[in-house]
Amino acid sequence: MTSRTVRIRKKLEEAFTPVRLEVTDDSARHAGHAGAAPEGETHFNVTIESEAFDGLSRVQIQRTIHMVLRDEFETGLHALSLKASVPPRQ
Amino acid sequence: MSDAVQAAIDEAVKTNDVVLFMKGTPTFPQCGFSSVVVQILDVLGVEYVANNVLEDQAVREGIKLYSDWPTIPQLYVKGEFVGGCDIIREMYESGELRDFMADKGVDLAA
Repeated sequence: MTSRTVRIRKKLEEAFTPVRLEVTDDSARHAGHAGAAPEGETHFNVTIESEAFDGLSRVQIQRTIHMVLRDEFETGLHALSLKASVPPRQ
Repeated sequence: MSDAVQAAIDEAVKTNDVVLFMKGTPTFPQCGFSSVVVQILDVLGVEYVANNVLEDQAVREGIKLYSDWPTIPQLYVKGEFVGGCDIIREMYESGELRDFMADKGVDLAA
């Protein structure tokens, strides 16, 4: 597991206490493409389910996630594929 | 970031109904995420203006400031930022995007 994966996971857990969280480094699949760095850690997939997103629009949810991960974007995170949702009601 | 770039982006977004800021062109997208949005717009039969950010570094950085959104592609409809690849794909799959375009008065061929 890469260090950025660990940091992304930790930041999202602290900010949103998600009931479901998957963070995967997808950089290898984008190797050689503009924005991909040789050392990787540029492209990530995140699936997150949290009550914290209740009542927010899709754009608002992604904005809050971008805000939490601002330092990562500023230090080379290039693409974040997000599936964010509120846990289904029982 | 120069005000001229922000003004040019604002002008493009406000004078065209549907504007896509993307990497590459609709014929030759240079990023998988941009390619997805192009395909969705094509399936819906939406006419749009594509802006290739790889041709202009100032626009590439400026568009991120303009929308306060860190990634590309970015889709704008009637001056409003709608989302990036994930949001457009979700809206398309749920049928919401078609309704959204219709509500905004955007012509759909299909």
